[in-house]
Amino acid sequence: MSDQSSAWQLILNGDAVLFAIVRLSLVVSLSAVAFAALIGLPLGALLAFSRFRGRSFLVVLFNALMGLPPVVAGLAVYLLLSRSGPLGPWGLLFTPSAMVIAQTILITPIIAALTRQTIEDLWAEYRDELSAMGVGPVARMMTLLWEARYSLLTALLAGFGRAAAEVGAVMIVGGNIDGFTRTMTTTIALETSKGNLPLAMGLGLVLVTIVLAVNAAAWGTRVWAERQAA
Amino acid sequence: MRAPTSDLPLVLKGVSLSSGETQILRDLSLAITPGAPTLIVGPNGSGKTSLLRLCMGLVSPSAGRISWGGRTDAMPMRCAIVFQRPVMLRRSAAANVAYALAQARVPDRARGERVAHLLDRVGLADLAERPARRLSGGEQQRLALARALARDPEILLLDEPTANLDPTATRAVEEIVLKAAESGVKIVMASHDLGQVRRLAGDVIFLVRGALRERKLVIDFLDNPSTPEASAFLRGDLVI
Repeated sequence: MSDQSSAWQLILNGDAVLFAIVRLSLVVSLSAVAFAALIGLPLGALLAFSRFRGRSFLVVLFNALMGLPPVVAGLAVYLLLSRSGPLGPWGLLFTPSAMVIAQTILITPIIAALTRQTIEDLWAEYRDELSAMGVGPVARMMTLLWEARYSLLTALLAGFGRAAAEVGAVMIVGGNIDGFTRTMTTTIALETSKGNLPLAMGLGLVLVTIVLAVNAAAWGTRVWAERQAA
Repeated sequence: MRAPTSDLPLVLKGVSLSSGETQILRDLSLAITPGAPTLIVGPNGSGKTSLLRLCMGLVSPSAGRISWGGRTDAMPMRCAIVFQRPVMLRRSAAANVAYALAQARVPDRARGERVAHLLDRVGLADLAERPARRLSGGEQQRLALARALARDPEILLLDEPTANLDPTATRAVEEIVLKAAESGVKIVMASHDLGQVRRLAGDVIFLVRGALRERKLVIDFLDNPSTPEASAFLRGDLVI
């Protein structure tokens, strides 16, 4: 009981350490969503209406990678960025940038796979109409992404949820360095193992609240926008 | 703005279309030339829709050749099509027409005026800002016509555009089609409504099971059918 009340106190007092951790978590996960969207949306759309050798393989691969364990994504990025790795000279290991890279790799397949499914269904409906208007491949992709915008919001949310919730990748490539690469999830893991339950619980509450708020905002946007433009 | 190339005459030579084991169209040879509307008539499943899709270049024939104004290599430039169930983009009626204009490479500056003109032409000026998917069936069909006319077509292909409409909406669509025909657009329209054939047609292409059975002026077709299938169809018997 006392643990719970001190967790609330940390939040209500606007604890600076807590605030910095929440902020870093959001910056990292939202950046990862942005980069993953930039790659995953066009990739998913192209995969939806292109026919080429190896397409089925890619579709299955992306679907499978949706279940990529965060520690494996983290390990891969760790090997890339470690001092002796191919990108070692960039000196990115144990920085927030490394965390963004790892989370981007983790959620790009999710966004690409969900986009592929959405756009493929839409393409079946629009195919004749767009072909008759002579819409080229690039314009076709842009049109379908725009037409599917409300459904694709769900794909982005799935990506954000995954990024915000994972511990393994950011722990491995970020290193959980106090005041620098410490996120909500890594702090919860650390503080729980140290027995500092108030901070862990406070962060847990904040994390759940943020995820709820983001989803509520997205849902509200979708309902509002669909009412505007059917 | 008239493009230098022409899609007329549209000529089919020995065209067949099959999908798997099913033969959809068999050995069709015909020419679409400028003039009064040509109506493609026949029972359901006779290949009317497939013929229109071939004319639009959306599918390639399994055998035979199609040429547009003598060209066989390229897609038709000056054709437009209205499908039986048009698909509207999730945006306003005006934005749907603007999109079609953009795809037809009408410069940005000229689009606003063209959109207003086209919506006016199909009687949707008042509904310009309404989301297209909220329009009624008849209104969507007219919006599809505006979108097709945005391509400034020489040939306008229509696939039973009034099949699901009530008489008032049907009349509105037919008036737009007739006006387009008067302004020199070649209309090629599928229909299985004989009243509509009588009202609109210059000549008739009669299809049964994917084969061309008659090609005649509408009066000759209606009064003087030369095949037993056409006689049966005109009597209202089931033609399979």
